[in-house]
Order: sequence, then C-alpha cells, then structure tokens
Amino acid sequence: MKTEGTESKPGTALARIGLAAVLSMGAMAGAAQADKIVISNWDGYMPADLLENFTAATGIEAELSLHGTNEEIMGKVVAGGGKGYDVLFVSSPFAEALHNLGLAAEIDHDKVPNMANLYPEAMQLAHDPGNSFSVPYAWGTTGLCYRSDMMEAPTSWNDLLEPSDDLKGKVTMLSTDRWLMGAAALAMGKSLNDTSEETLSAAKEKLIAAKQDLLSYDDTTFYQKVVSGEATMVHAWDGWCNYGIAENADIKYVVPSEGSDLWVDTIVITAASENSEAAHAFVDYVLGEDVGIWVASNILYKTPNQKAMDALDASLLESFPNMAMEPSELIKYEQLRDLGEGQKAFARTVTEIMAAQ
Amino acid sequence: MRNRLKSVILLGPGLGWLALLMVVPCGLIFTYSVFERGVYGGIDYTFTLENFRRAADPLFLGIFLRSAKIAGLATLIAILIAYPAAFAITRAPRDWQTALLILVILPFWSNYLIRTYAWIVMLNREGLINNGLAGLGVIDEPLPLLYNSFAVVVGLVYNYTPFVVLAIYASLNRINRETIEASEDLGASGWVTFWRVIVPQTVPGIAAGGVFVFVLSIGNFITPDLLGGGRLQMVGNLIYDQFLSARDWPFGATLSMFLIALMMILLFAQAMVARRAAGEGAG
Repeated sequence: MKTEGTESKPGTALARIGLAAVLSMGAMAGAAQADKIVISNWDGYMPADLLENFTAATGIEAELSLHGTNEEIMGKVVAGGGKGYDVLFVSSPFAEALHNLGLAAEIDHDKVPNMANLYPEAMQLAHDPGNSFSVPYAWGTTGLCYRSDMMEAPTSWNDLLEPSDDLKGKVTMLSTDRWLMGAAALAMGKSLNDTSEETLSAAKEKLIAAKQDLLSYDDTTFYQKVVSGEATMVHAWDGWCNYGIAENADIKYVVPSEGSDLWVDTIVITAASENSEAAHAFVDYVLGEDVGIWVASNILYKTPNQKAMDALDASLLESFPNMAMEPSELIKYEQLRDLGEGQKAFARTVTEIMAAQ
Repeated sequence: MRNRLKSVILLGPGLGWLALLMVVPCGLIFTYSVFERGVYGGIDYTFTLENFRRAADPLFLGIFLRSAKIAGLATLIAILIAYPAAFAITRAPRDWQTALLILVILPFWSNYLIRTYAWIVMLNREGLINNGLAGLGVIDEPLPLLYNSFAVVVGLVYNYTPFVVLAIYASLNRINRETIEASEDLGASGWVTFWRVIVPQTVPGIAAGGVFVFVLSIGNFITPDLLGGGRLQMVGNLIYDQFLSARDWPFGATLSMFLIALMMILLFAQAMVARRAAGEGAG
C-alpha cells in the first residue's frame, strides 16, 4: 500500500515531452488532440520513463504531478472539483469516495481493451464491481513481517497487539488510520468497515493497550527496522516486507489466521477531465503487460494484471513467496470501503488512540 | 508631515506582509473553528461550539500540558547549554568570534529532517551510542534512548540551541564593560559580578532565546513523529493529523486557536520583560 512519507518531498518531476511526438501518429482517437493530460501519482509508483514511452506510442502529451498521501490528493481534488487533473492513482476507499462525490468519471471499457489483461477476480472488487469508475493497479494484503531467526512464526493479530514478554518494545504498528484500526478489527473478528460505537470503543481499548508495548508506530521505514534487528516483528504491507526480505532472507511475511484486508490501489479518471479520450488511452497503456511486469518486479507488489503476473520470472515468486498469492485467495479478504458518515466517529476514535498516553 | 509619509512607506510592506500572511490566515482559522466538519474534509457551514467543548477534553488538555512540559524542558536545557557557550564566545579574541558564531549556525546548512534522522542513527537500539557503550562493556542491554520523550527533548535542544546562543551573545555584547569594571573595583568577586551584574543585563536575551525555543518546540510535529516514534503526540502532531488524516479541519483549527493564544501570551510576556529591562537601563 502506498501511503505517506514525510521524507519524500514531491519534486518537480515533470516529464516534459517533445512536441514532435504529438504529430507522429493518430492510431488512437485521442491522439488527434494536442492537449496534455495531467496524472497524479505517488513518487516512484510507476516506471520513470512511462510517460515518455506513452507519448511516443500514442502522441499524447502527459505531465506527472506527485502526491505523498491519499489524503493530500483527495484534499486537492475535493477543493478544486478535480479541475487540472485527468488521471489519479488512489487507494480504493478514496476511489469510492471520489465516485460518491461525483468526481470520478465512468470508464468506457471499449476504450480500454487492455482491461482484458486483468484477472477475472479483479473485475469483481467489492468497492466497484465491473470496474465502472476505477481500475485496479496493484493489490495485496496487510500482515506481519518478522525475523524467523529470532522468533517463532506469529499466527494471530494478537501476537502483535498483546506481544509476549520477549517481543515487548520490539514490534511496530502502522499508524495510518484504516490499517491501525484494521489490526484490532481483525483480531476481534469484526468487519474492517464497522463504525458502530461498540466496535470502535472496543478497538480503541485494544489499541491503547497495544501502544504501550510498541517500539514505535512506523508507516515508512518499518522494514528497515526488521533488517537492522531493532524490531523483531512489524505490522506491514506485503510489498514493503519484500523490501526487507530482499536484504535478509530470514525475514518472512505471514497473514495472521484471522485474515487481512485486501488493499487495492486504483486508477481513476476525473469527471472534470477535458481529455477523456486521452485519459482512457493512458489507463489502457498502464494496463499493458509491460507496465504490470515493471510494477511486480520493481515495487514487489502483486498486480491484478494476469498477463503480467504470468510473464514473471519464477525466481521472483520464489524469493518473495507472498507475490505468488492467488487472486482467488486475495479476493476472500474484505476490502477497506469508504466509511461515509461513519468516517466522523472513526476519525475521532483514531485521534483519541493516538493522543492517549 | 514628510516624516509621517516616510514611516507609512517604510512600514507598508511589513504591515502588508503581516496582514496577508498572519491576520488573514488567523481569521480563517478562527472562522473554521466554529463550524462543523465535512465528511471528506472541508467545512460544513453549520455553526457549532462543539469543537471548543471537545478541545477542552482532559485528553487534549493533557496533550497541551505534555507539550508544554517537553518544550519547557527543552528551553531550560537549551539556555543552560547556550549561556556558557555565548559567554565563552564573547571572551574569545575579536577575530575568533565570527568564526565561532559561524560554527554555531553551521548545522543549519543541512536540512532539518536530515539532522533529525541523524539522531535516529545515533540513538537506536543498534545505534552508535548503544553499540559504542556495549563495545566498551559499560552496558549489557541496549538503553532505550529512542522513541520516547528523552529523544524528543534531545532533538529539540539540538535543533534550537544555536538560536539561544545567538540571542544571548547579542545581549552579552551590549553590556557596558564599565559596569563590570565598577563591580570589580568595588570588591565583588567574579561570581558575584556574574550573577548580580552580567546575568541581569542579559535577561532580555535569555527571554528572547527562550521564547523562541519554546514556541518552536511546542508547535513542532516532525521531531515527536520521528524521534518519539509517533507514540508520544505533541499538540503539533494532533493538529497536523486533524488536517491531513482525520479530515477534521474545524477541530484542527480550534486546537490551533488554543496554540496561537498560548504563544501570544508568551510573546507578550517576553515583550514586557524586554521593555522593563530597557526602562531600567534608561533609569
């Protein structure tokens, strides 16, 4: 899951493209327009030369703008009605919120033939069955990333929330609200999207107690802490645990017995886009096999792109076993959904947990 | 008349700057604080005083108190470190003083985040200090130096002490040497001269430097986040989270109002100290 990063300041990583390419061809309907599309994505979340290649292939100029967090791009798009942006990379609850606010465009599948590259399961996602307003880009689970040379394999979320004595002060948790609360909800066997008073206050109690035994909260460098041995077990998104595994093969990733969330990072076309054709062409380009292979082999995330996953080098799946999780397994996990009005009580609870001593 | 026109012209840019970047934003913050939050951020323009009621909750008042404690401690330590340093610099030969002052501000040539990350490298369980002490056989188990209030205070003191050195140096430099000579001529020991003649004359410098550290520390959110490991929230983190993660702008605005009020009181007190000192000097 891509989230925050106090340290990654969005630079002006503009991919400025030569005008000559615009004149080169007209294979796509959108190519006739010389207008530029603006894409907002996390830093480093797509190939550095993607826009250049896209322009070379389609003749459409594209500019990259960066966001550090979902909340940041959400704030900008809500404030400006989405004007100035054509394509956004956001996590699924935010795609859903954009849709509910009327800020996400309908996706015309006829203009995105590469949609056929996706697994059938990736067309059945709970937040948007049939991919009518969002297209999945990467997906995965949230679980425990641990040093198998320093501890027995954990089996339950309670191994994190109520750590044994030798693990006290050697575990970290994600503090991004939905995943922080998700750990407690899963441990209690509740829905990740339950915002009832009862569930929230039980989760609060559990998480305030868990806070006492943490080394720290960590959403950005947790895998380094496992590598250095500063932490023995961390609450982690699977792809990020892979960065640790890449440095030390004793690091392992496990989804606790109570399960995980299925996180999905998606691509959305803004309703305000004045270059809908070009935006569709971009989405189609990203769904191509090559970009999918790049995502899997460089970010070490699973992608819902079947064609890309099938083309992966077998050694990658061996080194990073969680990359081999089947879509049929993933789809069993509950997705984080837009909480709507429930967000208010949810945010209050998270504030109180973070504020507690 | 011409003089008045001149002052208006000279004051104009400064006042315009303050109005645009201080008065207007504060007005916005105040406005936000009396409305309800929107579901997806932004403001739902329904009047309410609920945000103030909520901010007065012991949980949040406790965070203000904790932040004030940490900022106060950082201020105290910074002054204790900075005073002797500034004193030593004023006693150094003239042409050394500039070089020493440059050394004091040298850390600012690197980025705040990098300087803070450097402390993580030093303080963590496997860090320089723990490994060094273990290597010397002083400790068996790593000391818990990071992700607690100790680390936060260290980070704040480290980052803000140079400002205090500069402020105290400036006021030490302004002391009339004759008052020191007079004190010595009248038979006061070096210690008595220091306490009764030198220190009182540098109170404005101590106050200015101290308020500076306190105000910057109490609103800081990067240091508690990185060195406190997010477990120890200060009021700056609380406000940051309301705007950037809880999407509760009005509550964030209300907390900001409290913080701004606290800072105003402190700056007012500091201005009073400076004024009294100036008055005494004239009398």
